Amino acid sequence: MANLKIIKKRIASVKSTQQITKAMKMVAAAKLRRAQDAAVAARPYAQKLQKVVAHLAQREGSEEHPFLCSRGKERALVLLLTADRGLCGGFNANPSKEAERFIRKNEEGYANIDLMIIGRKGRDFLKNRVGDKITKVYEDITGVVNFKTAQLIAEEIVSMYEEDTYDAVYLIYNAFQSAVVQHVTVEQLLPVQADEVDKKAADSVDYIYEPNRGEVLEQILPKMVEVQLFRSLLESYASEQGARMSAMDSASRNASEMIGKLTLQYNRARQAAITKELMEIISGAESVK
Amino acid sequence: MAEKLKLEMVTPYKQVLSEEVDELTLPGLIGELGILPGHTPLLTTLRVGEMSYKKGGQQYHVAVNWGYVEIDEDAITVLVDTAEKSDEIDLARAKAALGRAEEALKTMSQEDKSYAVMEAALQRAMIRIQVAGKAR
Repeated sequence: MANLKIIKKRIASVKSTQQITKAMKMVAAAKLRRAQDAAVAARPYAQKLQKVVAHLAQREGSEEHPFLCSRGKERALVLLLTADRGLCGGFNANPSKEAERFIRKNEEGYANIDLMIIGRKGRDFLKNRVGDKITKVYEDITGVVNFKTAQLIAEEIVSMYEEDTYDAVYLIYNAFQSAVVQHVTVEQLLPVQADEVDKKAADSVDYIYEPNRGEVLEQILPKMVEVQLFRSLLESYASEQGARMSAMDSASRNASEMIGKLTLQYNRARQAAITKELMEIISGAESVK
Repeated sequence: MAEKLKLEMVTPYKQVLSEEVDELTLPGLIGELGILPGHTPLLTTLRVGEMSYKKGGQQYHVAVNWGYVEIDEDAITVLVDTAEKSDEIDLARAKAALGRAEEALKTMSQEDKSYAVMEAALQRAMIRIQVAGKAR
């Protein structure tokens, strides 16, 4: 009988866990939809800006602006985007591992690599591995992605770049592909990469620049960094919700499976107990005869 | 006028406008810009100000924040941080923001770090009120 009770207790516990994972899945699905919409809505702006920068960069001659020319390889900054919360499969571990790999790989190339992390989980993961490289951690900003946040972080990065604190800035994040597929992506944030230029488009038009080209470039390039960061924040957030949704989905499924197995076990044990009881009664009756 | 301008206006959050318009006035960095079909390709930054466009005899107004505009063969792309159409503006909020900015500016000196920030906020609020006043 003791066995029966234990199994029953376990079934109840798995059931309540399943309730939680189911609820989390539902919440993630709802958030995913919103995050996905936001990511899609931000796309035209980023694309248009990229196009214009590509135009500009090609004409500019890459030596003219510090944001466009690559400098020496002295100090680099790696910006890692993760989430503040766990329970989302490999969402936090994958880019964190990538960041670690990136640092190890480039340790010889760069004299110094610093790590800036957005999200608590990334810090937790890397604290004991490359803790000495972490210079700054932002927490609690991934939940509400707005342009202002991206702007502030971008401003900080840009000013560090301008002051020659860093020669290059890289960005590592989960690019959103679909609800179940996320790719860890390494992007170069600074100097601005202009090689994704649509060459034909750039050649076709000769613009008038007002007030002048340098001035326009001066204003647009920092904006480019902001937008790129904003977009990756949105994508990372959408990826997080997608990853959590699929992780919770498989957790719920595993729980169902477990409940099935336990129920079977429970029924078997119950049957065995009944049989045993019957046997006892029959043999007791026999002996009275 | 047979020809039309294809106006697209985007903010980081969404596409605000995608319309065919007859003419367009923009707050360029060094002055107001009027644009008619057949304009030369032009790229310029915008300041905080009021953008207006005419479509089918109707005049529309939009308050815009920092941004820039690309004019290319009658296709106009306006990229701005924020854009609010005249009928979307919350006048009470704008007035409150104006009051706050004025208050803050009174106590600050010109050298203050946030002076420029507050001044920009003041300007934004003023533009917003101005544009809201033109709502139909």
